[in-house]
Amino acid sequence: MHEIMSSHSRKNLFSEKIDDWLIGFKEGADFLLLFFKEALSGNFEFKEFVNQCYRIGNSSLLLISLTGFVTGFVFTKQSRPSLESFGATSWLPSLVTIAIIRALAPLVTSLICAGKVGSSIGAELGSMKVTEQIDAMEVSAVNPIKFLVVTRILATTVTIPILSFYCALMAMTGVFLNVTTNEDTSFPAFLEQAFNSIVFLDLWTAIIKAVSFGFTIGIVGCYKGYNASNGTLGVGKAANSSVVMSMFLIFIEEVFIVQVTNWFR
Amino acid sequence: MNKVIEIEHLYKAFGDRKVLIDANLDVYESENMVVLGRSGTGKSVLIKIIAGILPADKGSVKVLGQEVTQLNKKEMNELRLKIGFSFQNSALYDSMTVRENLEFPLVRNVRNMSRGEINKAVHKVLDSVGLLKSIDQMPSELSGGQKKRIGIARTLIMNPTIMLYDEPTAGLDPITCMEINQLINEVKENYKTSSIIITHDLTCAKETGDRVAVLFDGNFKFQGTFDEVFKDPDPRIKNFYDYNFIENQKK
Repeated sequence: MHEIMSSHSRKNLFSEKIDDWLIGFKEGADFLLLFFKEALSGNFEFKEFVNQCYRIGNSSLLLISLTGFVTGFVFTKQSRPSLESFGATSWLPSLVTIAIIRALAPLVTSLICAGKVGSSIGAELGSMKVTEQIDAMEVSAVNPIKFLVVTRILATTVTIPILSFYCALMAMTGVFLNVTTNEDTSFPAFLEQAFNSIVFLDLWTAIIKAVSFGFTIGIVGCYKGYNASNGTLGVGKAANSSVVMSMFLIFIEEVFIVQVTNWFR
Repeated sequence: MNKVIEIEHLYKAFGDRKVLIDANLDVYESENMVVLGRSGTGKSVLIKIIAGILPADKGSVKVLGQEVTQLNKKEMNELRLKIGFSFQNSALYDSMTVRENLEFPLVRNVRNMSRGEINKAVHKVLDSVGLLKSIDQMPSELSGGQKKRIGIARTLIMNPTIMLYDEPTAGLDPITCMEINQLINEVKENYKTSSIIITHDLTCAKETGDRVAVLFDGNFKFQGTFDEVFKDPDPRIKNFYDYNFIENQKK
C-alpha cells in the first residue's frame, strides 16, 4: 500500500514538474512575442539603448581584454607540444586562429557577459519589479517593455558581437606574443599564416553565434527579472537563474549553429 | 457633485484567497476619500485595479466616466495621464536623479516641450513639495519622507485629476506623517484633485479624509465622515479605533 502511494506521489510530482516546465515555456514564448511586437511598433528609446550599450561595454571590457589575451596565449602554449611532435609548429597560428574565430571568441565573450551582464539585467529588473518601479512606469503611461526590455535586449544583441570581435583581437595578441617569443616570426608573416585558412563562412558563423548569444543573454535576463517575485529572495533568484539559463542555452545554440554551418562547408 | 470614480460589485481573488467581494464605492469631485482597513484586506489591490495595474475578476470600475475593465491599452494609457499614483515605497527610479525621475513621465507623454518648459515644470512641482534643493540628488540619498514627497511630485507634474495614495504615512515618524497629511491637503487645494487615500493610520484618515470607507471582509460595510463611521457600535470598528488611538498612545 505504502509503495503504491509513494509511486503515485512520485508520478504526481513528475507531472507537476512537466506542467511547470510547459507553463514556463509558454510564458517565455509569450514574452518573446511581446518583445518583437514592442520592438517593431515604433517610438524607440534610442537614448536608453545607447546608455545600455555603454554600460554593457564598459562593465565587461577589462574582463574580456584579460580573458581574451590569456585564452589566446595559453591555447597556443598548450597546443605547441602536440604540433612540435609532428614537426608542424608552422601550423600553430592558423590552428589557433581558426579555434578563436570559429568558437572561442564568441563563446568566451558570451559566457563572461552571461555572468556579468545577464545577472545584472536580471537583478536590476527584478529589483525594479519588487519595488514597484515597473508599476510606477506603467501608471505614468510609459511602456516598461519598450523602455526596459527592448532597449536591453537590443543592446546585448548589438554589443556582444562587438565585444566578441574585440575578444578575438585580444586573443590574437596573446597568440602573436607566444609565437613571436618562440619562433622569431614577423608580424606580417604571422598575420599571413594566421588568416590563411580563415574563410568567409568562419566570420559569418562567428557573427551569427555572437548575435544569437547576445540576444539570449538579453531575453533571459529580462524575462527572469521582469517576472521576479517574493522580494529580495526573488531578486537573487532572478539574477542567478538568468546566468544559469543563459549559459545552458548558449551551449545548446553553439552545438546547433556548429551543426548547421558544417553543412555548408 | 459629479462622481469621478464609481466602483460597483467588484470582485477580485488571488487563487483561493478572495480579496474583494461585491465591493461598492463612489468618489466625488474634489473629495478626499480615505479607505481604511487592516493589512492584507485588499486596499492596495483596489487602487491598483483603478489604475489598471491589476485586472478585476468581476464588476464595474468607472474612472472619469470610462469603464476601466473594458479599455484597451491605448485608452488606458490616456486615462492614466489623468491619474496620479503615489506608491507605498515611493517607487522612485533608483538609477535616476530626482530631476530625471520627474522628467521621465513628462518627456514621454507631453511632446514638443522645450528644455526650458520641462525645467520650469520640474522646479514648480519640487517647490510645491518643498524639496527644490534635492533636485540633483539620487533617491538613495533621500529620507523616507523626502522619497514620499518626490513620489507625489512625480505624479503632480502631469497635473492629474485623480490622486491615488497607497499608505502615504507608512513607516514614517509622527512629524513627517503630519507633514505628508498636510501635503495631501495642499495637493487637493492647489491641484483641485479628487483622491483615494489608502491607509490604516486613523490620524491620517482624520486629517485628510472628507469621507472614510472601511474595508472589512472584502467590501465597504461602513462609509461616511470620520465621526459617523467611528460612532458605529460594531465591535470591529471599535477595535480598529481603540488599537489605533488608545494602544498607540500607550506605546
